Amino acid sequence: MFDIKWFHEAESVKDAIEKLKSDNDAEIISGGTDVLIWVRDGKYAGKALVSIHNLNELKGISLESNGNVIIKPSTTFYNITNNDIIKKCIPSLGEAVDMVGGPQTRQTGTIGGNICNGATSAESASTMVALDAEIHLEGANGNRVVKISDWYTGPGKTVRDRCEVVTKFVIKKENYEGFVGHYIKYGKRNAMEIATLGCSVLVKLDSSKTKIEDVKIAYGVAAPTPIRAKSAEEFAKGKHFNENLLKEFGEKALSDCNPRDSWRASKVFREHLIVMLAKDALREAIKKAGGKIDG
Amino acid sequence: MAKRFINLNVNGKDVEVGIDDRESLLDTLRNHLNLTSVKKGCEVGECGACSVLIDGRCVDTCIYLTVWAQGKKIITVEGLKDEKTDGLTDIQKEFIKQAAVQCGFCTPGFILKAVEIVGENKPYTRDEIKKLIAGNLCRCTGYMNIVTAIEHAIYNNLKQKGIKYEIANNKSSFNEDEKILDEKLEKVLSNY
Repeated sequence: MFDIKWFHEAESVKDAIEKLKSDNDAEIISGGTDVLIWVRDGKYAGKALVSIHNLNELKGISLESNGNVIIKPSTTFYNITNNDIIKKCIPSLGEAVDMVGGPQTRQTGTIGGNICNGATSAESASTMVALDAEIHLEGANGNRVVKISDWYTGPGKTVRDRCEVVTKFVIKKENYEGFVGHYIKYGKRNAMEIATLGCSVLVKLDSSKTKIEDVKIAYGVAAPTPIRAKSAEEFAKGKHFNENLLKEFGEKALSDCNPRDSWRASKVFREHLIVMLAKDALREAIKKAGGKIDG
Repeated sequence: MAKRFINLNVNGKDVEVGIDDRESLLDTLRNHLNLTSVKKGCEVGECGACSVLIDGRCVDTCIYLTVWAQGKKIITVEGLKDEKTDGLTDIQKEFIKQAAVQCGFCTPGFILKAVEIVGENKPYTRDEIKKLIAGNLCRCTGYMNIVTAIEHAIYNNLKQKGIKYEIANNKSSFNEDEKILDEKLEKVLSNY
């Protein structure tokens, strides 16, 4: 039996917000693959849980007429990977969330939880940061929209108030159209693993397929929060690509990062990974986009 | 703490269970419905021993609250049977034939995962099968025989449906003929 103060299955987002307001110990639970483990661990022991697990208004993925992709927060990783809109518009996001935990975790775990728990290692985080996703929140004092670049405030911390519910993630057309992405998760095992480092690259090639028109790179675990490596992006924009550029791209990315020592990996090793993964992810993304890289 | 009744369809039967809000589906299935094939392993969603099929998809019940299962269809190993013979399903037989079972603790989880995989009617490669069963841990046999068993079960299923599927190394775990294995299986089953 879980150590839960009380449990409420929300009937709507409004209902969830009201219940969250009614008790200072109340927290949202969606997929439960993190929250229930925290309850067991003691970190969330005695908390009251407001469940949005079966709330259909928070599930699903849609394509708006202006080309924006809407991902509802209670959409599970499995449903994201197997969604036709994601496969067509942002396949690299589907591939990234296909690396979360194991198949059973992906069956119940949701992208909303992944983003809201504020973990820098979250599989969806780096790709969502690279995509400049917008996070729409509903709270007791009205609605607001937060850019993902302003979302994270520290390890496991976000700007979300305890009583706020994420209603949707918006990925704008200009942020995914024409881009080809690749995500690399570095872990010590292939499954049931938390990333030692995650790197997501989105690249747009020019029509000749020899020049980088635009590139975006984001990391997980390279700093206390998921981050973009803007100086690497600026450096590579408009340049012809070759192995040398890839190498410099990785080194530039390192200057934007601030990795730490942890039991999973040392700072030095993470710094090495930052350079190597940037190189590899950009190379793969260029290949996927139809570019050829010569020595 | 609130108690409530919920309605589930477990192994084809509609049941009404009185539960506590704080219960995991794992506890409900084991303690209220006596479905002890659902094993309590790590209780943090890592080992997959507690996997059951909820509306056809494999889920870790140790981190799934029972209240969420209201109105859903649940299948455990107790609910598996061959439609023709009323006995073991083809997947279960393959697990025995390929010696994919040792202590047996992880087996119910693996079997249900295999049911989900085979049911997709896709010609998965060995590597794909390995990724699909990554959420289930086995600490005795290693995974060779389990992957082989699932591969053979996929083969048998796709053959019936007329879909071509090749097993990379078309040998059983013992390099023995299918026929000899079938005879051995019959012998084993006749003891029960």
